[in-house]
Amino acid sequence: MKSARLIPPVLWLLTSVLCFTAACARRESAVARGNREGVLHLSVGSEPADLDPQTVTGLADAKICHSLFEPLVTYEPGTLEPKPALAERWDISPDGLTYTFHLRADAKWSNGEPVTAQDCVDSWRRILTPSLAADYAYFLYLLRGAEAYHKGQTTDFATVGAVARDARTLVVTLTHPAPYFLQILLNSPWRPVNVRSIAVVGDAYRRGSPWTRPGNLVSSGPFVLKEWSPHQRVVVEKSPTYYDRARVRLNAVHFYPTDSIDAEERAYRSGQLHATWALPLAKILPLQREKNPALRIDYNLETYFFRLNVRKAPFGDARVRRALSLAVDRDTIAGKILPGGRLPAPTFTPGFLKGYTPPARTAYDLEAARKFLAEAGHPGGAGLPPIDILYNNSEILRLVAEAIQQMWKRDLGLDVRLVNQEYKVVFASRRSGDYQVLLGTWTADYLDATTFLDMWRSDSGNNHTGWSDPAYDALSDRANTIADPVARAAVLAQAEALVLNAAPIVPIYFNTHVYLLHPAVKGWQPTPGDHTDYRYVWLEDTK
Amino acid sequence: MFRFIARRLLQIVPVLFVIVTATFFMVRFVPGGPFTSEKALPPEILKNIEAHYGLDQPLWRQYLNYLGRIAHGDLGPSFKYANRSVNEIIGDKLPVSLELGGLALAVALALGLPLGVLAAVRRNSWVDYLCSTTGMIGICVPTFVLGPLLVLFFAIHLGWVNASGWYDWTDRVLPALTLGFVYAAYIMRLTRGGMLEVLNQDYIRTARAKGASEARVVLRHALRGGLLPVVSFLGPAIAGILTGSFVIETIFQIPGLGREFVNSAFNRDYTLVLGTVMLYAALLVLCNLAADVVQVWLNPKLKFE
Repeated sequence: MKSARLIPPVLWLLTSVLCFTAACARRESAVARGNREGVLHLSVGSEPADLDPQTVTGLADAKICHSLFEPLVTYEPGTLEPKPALAERWDISPDGLTYTFHLRADAKWSNGEPVTAQDCVDSWRRILTPSLAADYAYFLYLLRGAEAYHKGQTTDFATVGAVARDARTLVVTLTHPAPYFLQILLNSPWRPVNVRSIAVVGDAYRRGSPWTRPGNLVSSGPFVLKEWSPHQRVVVEKSPTYYDRARVRLNAVHFYPTDSIDAEERAYRSGQLHATWALPLAKILPLQREKNPALRIDYNLETYFFRLNVRKAPFGDARVRRALSLAVDRDTIAGKILPGGRLPAPTFTPGFLKGYTPPARTAYDLEAARKFLAEAGHPGGAGLPPIDILYNNSEILRLVAEAIQQMWKRDLGLDVRLVNQEYKVVFASRRSGDYQVLLGTWTADYLDATTFLDMWRSDSGNNHTGWSDPAYDALSDRANTIADPVARAAVLAQAEALVLNAAPIVPIYFNTHVYLLHPAVKGWQPTPGDHTDYRYVWLEDTK
Repeated sequence: MFRFIARRLLQIVPVLFVIVTATFFMVRFVPGGPFTSEKALPPEILKNIEAHYGLDQPLWRQYLNYLGRIAHGDLGPSFKYANRSVNEIIGDKLPVSLELGGLALAVALALGLPLGVLAAVRRNSWVDYLCSTTGMIGICVPTFVLGPLLVLFFAIHLGWVNASGWYDWTDRVLPALTLGFVYAAYIMRLTRGGMLEVLNQDYIRTARAKGASEARVVLRHALRGGLLPVVSFLGPAIAGILTGSFVIETIFQIPGLGREFVNSAFNRDYTLVLGTVMLYAALLVLCNLAADVVQVWLNPKLKFE
């Protein structure tokens, strides 16, 4: 009787134990198999919204696109010097306005067609066509006439500074000299696509075409798209038509859209991933202490900073703003409060950006801060209303906001409150100017100081502080007319000094990209803009 | 019975209409839109994008367009995933959630029912205490603790299964167990309570007096009545379990609908929010209906009305 009642649970337990023991033996992990077969397993953080290099905006999307689509010009890993890609060489006119690219003869699309100069022109025409509604079409405003074409002021693409002189010669004319032009060609929106193949599966000039599905997607890079299982993985395999295929050592890359950093850390530890996208804050310090070889810290062109809303009292007063900026102890925040080798930011533009020296600054000076505050009529913080720091609900922003709340309270006698909103709500508050102090981040779009400094122009859509100064705009305009990189950088540094003195922004620290990278991965050399050329990556089992 | 079911099914239509209308306007009043991002778009570009998705029209017209669309079974394009429609996303993700939910439900029933019955029959013995304590722990330990613990042991320490993903059958084991345990605990406690109540009833005493064996008394006479609280719990629980669990799907990175449902709200992917809300509402109504039908079938005191 008794035993009869016990039958169902015992049976169930028995089956489950049996099932488990069937799969029991420790299996060969994906990483071990990948090392053997030349397959790299990478987490890319989030599900790609699309794989169309001309419409995507996400970092994950761009990472995958970069393995599929070859740029005109790439970079030398390490030195970051421009290096031939689709273009085997190029000439630059003395005024820095005209670039003539000579395309290589052996560059091919994955359908076997040669990559021609006309393909580049057609691609740029596609992204600038208003009906495509490409978010980053304005990147191409650097081309002469591109802005007018994109805004519908003309429908004649011949007015745009991109001409195919013959099948292998592309002539590009810019609106102003831009020493960073060759660098910017790395960005997804500039990478040529095969418009003919896009038109086969749908309207090439509208969003939402299924051309980026496996089987439809024609690409020019070291890899071709094999599989795209939403929220599972994107598989790219070595392209048989790539001109530099002899150098490509990986047979495939599997990209995993892991949107939980805790889950991806566990996946790494169980041998499913060669690299994570990020690392939970709590895991960084222990790994740093034990000098774990898998811990990877790369410099990132990303600045964490405050916007001070000058339209709201008391931030209309530059002395109050300067006082707040001078009372931020950046060394403590970057070195002690946050793990992961973050760097204090005395300026908005990172000092490690090549070809640019930011103005020298004393960023932390409590005495001067108190003096500025007293001059503004608020000695010891007297008469100042409570200050709200607005930030979105991310763990790291909360830590930074709490630290600075304490600093301003302790050293300036200010009453500071923290206000937390969901991230899209923060963007809405920012746009409507409904904030006092806003904690945010800015990531460079390309490797040049203007990606940081253009923000504070009066016509910038990303300013949001209410601050503007004709002198700043004039310096920025002047820099755009100078072809000599050194003289240009000096003018940009003057502009940066101007905005830092006016202090509508308070730079806090430069972020790093902290993640786990398996020791078997070799030749891994991402740029500060986080471009990785998978051509140079290979796998070598360390055991 | 058929009239009862038909009437309840017809009620779904106005319920869905109210839900669609409320959701449509609520998501629109949330600050930030599908194309709000860190980097501001030039107004001309934003205008192009909004025109592409029809967001430039007055809200009432967008609403009417949407109603017209869903009347034809088209849930519209996703705003976030440019080349996928909401129909396609739901078609892709729902089967995954159903599979996970089905397996978890099997785990929950296979563990919860026998243990609940056992605890009731061996009331106040060590078996009962053990089952009740385990059940209490199952209810108290959240899935986001249990899941990573199981991963730590079986995936990282032993290396038997993957820590995350949804590729082969071994990837089903840990998520199904994690999700199943919680429901098993509830089912166990409800079964035990229901059984205890029934075992004290006169008709059970009659059955025993007539000489029925203990197994027959428990399994044939008592169980049917003892399951009633479980059935009323299972109606909404099955809807919840089948439509996917955001927490489980995130812990194990399962491509199910639960994650889409929550993330679509963060992304302000209006059409995907509406599509998933409608689906969930319909499922909930259907599962409640099924629970009602089963209850009448189990309990002779109830009638279809």
